[in-house]
Amino acid sequence: MFALSDHLLHLEGEALPREMDAQAVRCLLAGGLACRAPVTGAVYGTLLNDRASLDALGEAMHAPPYGAPPEAPILYVKPRNTLAGHRAQIEVPAEAPGIEVGVSLGIVLGRTATRVSEAHALEYVAGYTTVADLSLPHASVYRPAVRFRARDRFCVIGPALVAKRHVATPDRLELTARVTGQRDFTANTASFVRGASRLIADVTDFMTLSPGDILTLGAPHGVPIAHAGEQAIVAVGGFAALHLSFVDTAQSREALR
Amino acid sequence: MTRGRVAYAGAIHEAYPHGDGVRLADGRLCREEDVVWLAPIEIGTIFALGLNYADHARELQFAKQEAPLVFLKGPGTVIGHRGVTRRPREVAFMHYECELAVVIGRTTARNVPREHAMDHVAGYMIANDYAIRDYLENYYRPNLRVKNRDGGTVLGPWFVDAADVPDVGNLELRTYVNGTLRQRGNTRDLITDVPALIEYLSGFMTLAAGDVILTGTPRGTVNVDAGDEIVCEIDGLGRLVNTLAPDAVFGRE
Repeated sequence: MFALSDHLLHLEGEALPREMDAQAVRCLLAGGLACRAPVTGAVYGTLLNDRASLDALGEAMHAPPYGAPPEAPILYVKPRNTLAGHRAQIEVPAEAPGIEVGVSLGIVLGRTATRVSEAHALEYVAGYTTVADLSLPHASVYRPAVRFRARDRFCVIGPALVAKRHVATPDRLELTARVTGQRDFTANTASFVRGASRLIADVTDFMTLSPGDILTLGAPHGVPIAHAGEQAIVAVGGFAALHLSFVDTAQSREALR
Repeated sequence: MTRGRVAYAGAIHEAYPHGDGVRLADGRLCREEDVVWLAPIEIGTIFALGLNYADHARELQFAKQEAPLVFLKGPGTVIGHRGVTRRPREVAFMHYECELAVVIGRTTARNVPREHAMDHVAGYMIANDYAIRDYLENYYRPNLRVKNRDGGTVLGPWFVDAADVPDVGNLELRTYVNGTLRQRGNTRDLITDVPALIEYLSGFMTLAAGDVILTGTPRGTVNVDAGDEIVCEIDGLGRLVNTLAPDAVFGRE
């Protein structure tokens, strides 16, 4: 298990993450520093947890291939090659129409959670972070979307992990995403089907979450799409914002050279 | 080389086959049932294939996929040889899936063409990838409640070096339920074979050493119940044993 009393930040180039206060986080980030993801556990994403996403599917949920609205949480894994931090550069595949910038609340576990009740769920949480859960747009959610969601650096986390004590409730946090030249996108975790506690309870009924693992509450409906050459700034609540930039394949090769 | 990972006398050990039992790296000899078997290696990303044997796809009445049906698993679902998996009482159809597990052995495999794919394979294991069909819903199907349950992915007993498996495209898989042969197939019938899977996955993401690809299961998946012993065998890789236990064993009424 791990406990956190303030903010955990892992600066690029440093061996380990450091704990500091919010002001120190803002000072360091103001200097333009890049970060790694503050934690490196397993990351589980949640699909269709925003009421607007279900509304958008509407009658289609009752027709093939879906047949009925979802009952259990719909989860997916963001594997280790997807993990990235503040100021990550993400490659937009040449054939893709862009990348969906799925801003989500990341719930970071502090204790091993198996069969946790809704009433006690938040006792297992160390803190919260912003997750830019990226995906290539895909209309059908019938089959798992590994080739759309598990590309390198498609899960940008941070900059900081914010201790639970700084967040009054995970279920009334604003989610924002701003892509260069587009209108600001906003949503709120208050509009989600399962709140953080209910989600933790339902998930840990069949699978254990470990310290350092992240469970996302899920991206809201209608997140913006970013293209090569654009930047995105995403944030949850009052957390320091996460910066991403999108490059094409040629720019990505240049950066690696 | 063939090796496993076991817990014994307060520590985790690398272990090797020795007669009916195992030899630990420090030289101690133990009976198979006196050690606790863990997954044979430290595991990275776990990929799993659905509907990758034509006969099983037909059994489930699915037409050919336009792209391989791939899903991912988390680390918490893995247990080792001779482990115990919960069989919920409320479900009507829980089945085993005997699968060839391919272990990636090189870091940063990206855009690997088919002809070089096997250079990235470190070795193989047996997997028993349980599913509970009652929990299937048609969103990111099969979802984690079906396929990523605690104790639902059995791996082992051994990790066998690729060099010791002469033809991975011709291995027979067999599953026995309480001693009766219920599933039989051969890796030559894979729809997307091992090199093609590595080519496909590395075409959109980076594979790394320790990543594991569970390549799918052939026809012959039947319901199993609490108390059943399920044994999965693959030619040259050994014999992977698992027992199903009822809810009560896990403190659930």
